Amino acid sequence: MTATLHSSPPDRSTLAHDLEGSGGTADRTFKGLSYAAGLVVLLVLGLIAYTMMSRSTQALGHMGVKFFTSRVWNPPAKDYGILSYIWGTVYTAFVALLLSVPISLGIALFITQVAPVWLRHVMTYVIDLLAVVPSVVFGLWGILVLAEHIKGLYGWLSRTFHGVPVLGSLFGSNPQGRSFFTAGIILAVMITPIVVSLSRSVIETTPAFEKEAALALGATRWEMIRGAVLPHSKGGLVGAVMLGLGRAMGETIAVALVIGSATGAITFNLLASGNSMPAVITAEWGEADSLKKSALIAMAMTLFVMTIVVNVAATAIVNRSMKKTRGGQ
Amino acid sequence: MSTLLASDLAVKRSWRSAKSHLMVSLMFLSFLVILVPLVFVIGTVVMKGAGIVFRDFPSWFTKSIPIQKRTRGPGMGPAVIGTLLITALASALAIPLGILGAVYLHEYGGQSRLARAVRFLSMVMTGVPSIVMGLFVYVVFTLRFGLSGLGGALALACLMLPVVIRSTEEMLRLVPEHLREASYALGTRKGRTITTVVLPAALPGVVSGCLLAVARAAGETAPLLFTIGVVTKTHWNVLSGPNTTLSYQIFQNASQVLPGPQERGWGAAFTLVGITFVFTVLARLVTAAYQKRR
Repeated sequence: MTATLHSSPPDRSTLAHDLEGSGGTADRTFKGLSYAAGLVVLLVLGLIAYTMMSRSTQALGHMGVKFFTSRVWNPPAKDYGILSYIWGTVYTAFVALLLSVPISLGIALFITQVAPVWLRHVMTYVIDLLAVVPSVVFGLWGILVLAEHIKGLYGWLSRTFHGVPVLGSLFGSNPQGRSFFTAGIILAVMITPIVVSLSRSVIETTPAFEKEAALALGATRWEMIRGAVLPHSKGGLVGAVMLGLGRAMGETIAVALVIGSATGAITFNLLASGNSMPAVITAEWGEADSLKKSALIAMAMTLFVMTIVVNVAATAIVNRSMKKTRGGQ
Repeated sequence: MSTLLASDLAVKRSWRSAKSHLMVSLMFLSFLVILVPLVFVIGTVVMKGAGIVFRDFPSWFTKSIPIQKRTRGPGMGPAVIGTLLITALASALAIPLGILGAVYLHEYGGQSRLARAVRFLSMVMTGVPSIVMGLFVYVVFTLRFGLSGLGGALALACLMLPVVIRSTEEMLRLVPEHLREASYALGTRKGRTITTVVLPAALPGVVSGCLLAVARAAGETAPLLFTIGVVTKTHWNVLSGPNTTLSYQIFQNASQVLPGPQERGWGAAFTLVGITFVFTVLARLVTAAYQKRR
């Protein structure tokens, strides 16, 4: 044994990392391939940004700042203002968050802090099931079932809150089955799985000793959650919610089917029909001429920038809070 | 005095524990709340869709789509074939690339500046709305080469790529370092170590991550609106010429008022949910088998 060890050339005993340079075409090819694969991400993202920008210059040049500040979208007159669609996108996404966040946090806390192992598995499985239902199926259900059956409830809301200060304008007159609120409900269902799973991974970083310390002081389960778990995961939870917001803003097909396709609606009335940027692109692409196509691509670029800003901020928040947690241990 | 205090405390404690129970009940209630739409959506799709699919059992999958939308009766064959072909092509593009990208990130790049940039951008790419991906592929591909299944597959592949990269990197992180060191100690080169030791060790996790990405891609609609066009007869050539998918057919039929197209919409939804569930269940089985082996 010793003889063979001694007889081997000296570079054999060095680490494999140092061997990469010494021959091995296959090895270098593999390394090159994996580098190239990593670079594809840079390439695709760069190309997306470039094509979106170069294709939207025609419409942006034609409209100027009014593209973002006007609510008049009138293709025959070559008026392309997207303000009402930005409003629809943001408003439905916020409605979705308001509906989804309390529920998602409740589920995430129950799974991580309360449920026994078997129930945890069952609940995770059910939530994952929700995540794989295609968005177009939610849309089909939303337009043919939900929008039809919820009209009665909307009418009741509208009549009941008529004249009440804030609620009266939220649940305003002329309620529609396909509306901001219906879109918000569908979006809430669709983003819940992602908010739950992100919140779970944030909450799970709470060190066990902090929770045990709270329990040892005689805290009830809820006091332990409020005193140890929530303060610890606050930042990360904000990030998780923002990632849900990004997802909701970019969602296309389900919203396109249930939002009602009304132009120019900038209103707080949840029961009114509206439109969102992805829904407009979906609906109007087919018969668009070159200027309109450019306007629709500029709209897509606006959406792209908005979702990326939200996502990057969210990820930064999540990462920072997770790092802080790990450093604190 | 002391007895008073103790009873005070007892009252306080029972109030505190009641509050705790209330909050825990609310948490469980939120789970029940989210079950309602899930059960409703799946229930409606199964009740309305299964009848349509099994009423004309073989012909639902073999017949062409009626040219006149208002015609009642079966035919989703072209969409089933299109969904399977386009998803398969997208997977063939995105999965190898994604796994290699993850290998770069975890095995070669580590914490280098380039690797950090790629990791960050693949996160950014996860957040790109699917409709933006569709328009992007329309501009760079469809404008030049026309409507085709390949264009749709490219858009789906762009959506799958960051998902595959992220889930694979997670799995590579779980491979114990001593496995790599043992392989190096035997004199194996790094590339060979990765292909024969690291990747096989991470395989079950990688496979289940990829299957979930495939399930997600099979249900995508928005990127296909601009890239694949529509046909009513089965189009086997996925590389050129217009095609169609189940998701596209559901979208088209959803906004129709007549019973014929609506029925086909539900049938297509049932078929699509069936396909995505098969992939999800497969992913679960792979993970479960792996955990048992351990």
